Amino acid sequence: MTLLSVRDLRVGFGKPGHETEVVHGVDLDVAAGETLAIVGESGSGKSVTAMSINRLVDYGGGRILGGAILLDGTIDIATAPEAALTGLRGREIGMIFQEPMTSLNPVLKVGTQIGEIFAKRHGLSGRAVRTAAIEALERVRIPDAARRLDQAPHQMSGGMLQRIMIAMALAGKPRLMIADEPTTALDVTTQAQILALLAEMQDETGMGLIFITHDIGVVAGIADRVAVMQKGHIVESGPLDDIIDRPQHPYTRHLLEAVPHFRWGSAARQDTVRRPETRSAQALSVEDLSVRFPVGGGFLRQAQGYVHAVDDISFDLLPGETLGIVGESGSGKSTTARAILDLVQPTGGRVSGADGHAVQMVFQNPNASLNPRMDVRTLLSEPIIAAGRRVDASALDRMRMLLHKVDLPEDSLTRYPHEFSGGQRQRICIARALMPEPKTLVLDEAVSALDVSVQARVLDLLVDLQRDFDLAYLFVSHDMAVVERIAHRIAVIYAGRIVEMGDARSVLSDPQHPYTQKLISAVPTIERRRVEFALDTEEVPSTLRPLGWQAPPQHWQDHGPDHRFVTGSGA
Amino acid sequence: MQYFLRRLAVFPLVMLGVSVFVFVAIRLVPGDAITAMLGTEGGMLTPAQREALAAYFGLDQNWAVQYLRWLGGLLTGDLGISVTYGQPVLDIILERFPLTLQLALMSMVVALAIGLPAGVFAATRAERPSDLIVRIFAMVGQSMPNFVVALLAIYILSVGFGVLPTMGRFIPFTQDPLGNLAQMILPAIALGTAFAAAVTRISRAAMLEILSEDYVRTARSQGFSQSYVIWRHALPNALIPVLTLSGVEFGYLLGGAVIVEQIFALPGLGRVVLDAILQRDYALVQGVVLFIAFNFLLVNLLVDLAYAAIDPRIRYGGRK
Repeated sequence: MTLLSVRDLRVGFGKPGHETEVVHGVDLDVAAGETLAIVGESGSGKSVTAMSINRLVDYGGGRILGGAILLDGTIDIATAPEAALTGLRGREIGMIFQEPMTSLNPVLKVGTQIGEIFAKRHGLSGRAVRTAAIEALERVRIPDAARRLDQAPHQMSGGMLQRIMIAMALAGKPRLMIADEPTTALDVTTQAQILALLAEMQDETGMGLIFITHDIGVVAGIADRVAVMQKGHIVESGPLDDIIDRPQHPYTRHLLEAVPHFRWGSAARQDTVRRPETRSAQALSVEDLSVRFPVGGGFLRQAQGYVHAVDDISFDLLPGETLGIVGESGSGKSTTARAILDLVQPTGGRVSGADGHAVQMVFQNPNASLNPRMDVRTLLSEPIIAAGRRVDASALDRMRMLLHKVDLPEDSLTRYPHEFSGGQRQRICIARALMPEPKTLVLDEAVSALDVSVQARVLDLLVDLQRDFDLAYLFVSHDMAVVERIAHRIAVIYAGRIVEMGDARSVLSDPQHPYTQKLISAVPTIERRRVEFALDTEEVPSTLRPLGWQAPPQHWQDHGPDHRFVTGSGA
Repeated sequence: MQYFLRRLAVFPLVMLGVSVFVFVAIRLVPGDAITAMLGTEGGMLTPAQREALAAYFGLDQNWAVQYLRWLGGLLTGDLGISVTYGQPVLDIILERFPLTLQLALMSMVVALAIGLPAGVFAATRAERPSDLIVRIFAMVGQSMPNFVVALLAIYILSVGFGVLPTMGRFIPFTQDPLGNLAQMILPAIALGTAFAAAVTRISRAAMLEILSEDYVRTARSQGFSQSYVIWRHALPNALIPVLTLSGVEFGYLLGGAVIVEQIFALPGLGRVVLDAILQRDYALVQGVVLFIAFNFLLVNLLVDLAYAAIDPRIRYGGRK
């Protein structure tokens, strides 16, 4: 018998009697031991569907308007009273969420939060609670579990917290697990760990798994069956291979084609600017850039150590060229970008080509980077005013020209940020960055907050703008598939230092440094199905160093005309 | 612990600043202590008598000398002699303070006992009729001056129930605990109402925000009951703003409550301050203000310690 079968599920939000329906008649089936992936973009209703299965949607202002959610073909969750639901949640249906950093209670120790599940739901007490909590953490491969129990969530990394979340969800021995974008907020190598862990736990317990994601690459790695959602409907569903190799619905095809997938360098750009024979002038050059933050010091007190966020980083950029900087969170890639613009004070090194307004920046979150009380005209005027110039007719002409270039209507000038979609807002941010006629754009995770299909269009736009204005891009991203589409060259940054750099195709197809290899092997792709991800719990080392620490010299080795990497102990 | 000691080290500096400020401020007010003490009879003093009185209270010296003398006294626990009471200032304060402290504590208990549950209740029923009713009560409670609450309470008890509040001579808690509580409950309610209303509003707002946090959703996904989720997971997170408010209000109440003390004929610190200012009783004003400032600092420190007790992010420092 099917573990869970959802029939004609309809969910709405709003005042009783006046709900706006957002999920329109969804049918799903999950068997024990099976993984069903629900794929869709934001607003597709995939998370609402997931939240409806354990009726958490009730607490988010939603209501089930119709249909049935049958557990074991008998219990109808759609109509069950709240008292019955608290019995089901945690025990029959476990859930893991997207943001491990915010999904654990910040004021309670980790041990308290796991312990209370055993105490409240399984009636354990005293030492038995603690023993059970330690076992639960060890099960998800958390080293030194006893010590972790006494720590607070903010003392741990995102990957560690997500493993704790999984341990908590497994504590109730649920037969069905719902994972709502459980790896979206994590680095690729951490994502691989979490996927491996989920697969292993599923083998061990035989639970059914519903995996919600926007990333079709992840789907290929983990799912048995796939349901594609768009605007509250399931537009296509079936076995994994059918969906990926023989998609029927146009939207599924669109997701598979338009969305950037990682292709080991074969999708890298062909229009290389850098040729050995031409020595063109650099747009930007960075030499031995370092950024350190003191730790443990205070007023009139010597710091106890320094975080070497960025250590001796050097690279250059030619006009019309993109350098992709890839690395994981905490590696120093964003700090590098900010140091170039003096948004953080570099501790050492030289940056040339960043004088005046020659370098402009586009940030990750377009919603937070535009002042909601300014209309587009004012927003676009700001860089002109910052440059000490008057907003005259020629400035207005440039605004119109740039709006046209980024495919926004001319009447946008009098409109406010909230009137635009996320992708459109990022176009405004790009237009704003281009106002003072910069030579270089620093794009810090500039498409990471956008929906996958919007990402592809903004990337195309960036390529067009680069050609039109002969712009140099410094493109900082954690997303290898995105970087592959836009970068001519790639620098891999690890613990504050570049460990491999060179031609994008060469670096992605033939990585030399062990870290680059690990990073690339962790990237999910649609070619690799049902992957056995290795469970590797190693974390990126801390860049907190004692006073007076000097980075050891790096030994570079060439691997082809424009590709070099760090060897030996300097790695 | 280190943090705690560092905070303590700042105490004397702040106290020194306050002492200079209050010393100068009270002397900038026109009029002098001797005229204020003797009223119209002051006009009948001969210059010699006036000088003798001034010399007796040390008012004939220049400000710098007066200040240093006072400061020297402070270090030995001598706050000077009150011109109006003819008693050491410290004795007056110590005599009045227990009542003020008791009143402040009782008001806070009233405020938290009503405000916290009301705020939590309203937040869990946001935008429903019961929420609206709580919010209206909070609005009224906050906008009504405490003497109106006091008069209303007296009126309702005496006219409605025929019970007269025990006024007249103040009964210390140590003599007759029940009599003391009966005497103090009305003033505590009068002072605590606006306080309770403020606590209601702030705890409602904090809870509303926290109920939509991810970790509350996580707790729900574990199948914990609504009340467990609210009291165990949400409330501790909502306590920080409530604590901040309570600290400020409590520190303020420790300075005495002039109007309520007057209405209920309670010999608290509030009336002492008022009298001292009107009488230009420099030593008393200085002493009481300094004492109030010290209380404020102490309450602030306790609030900070409470933050750390509630929230491990404060205890161990922020995220890397």
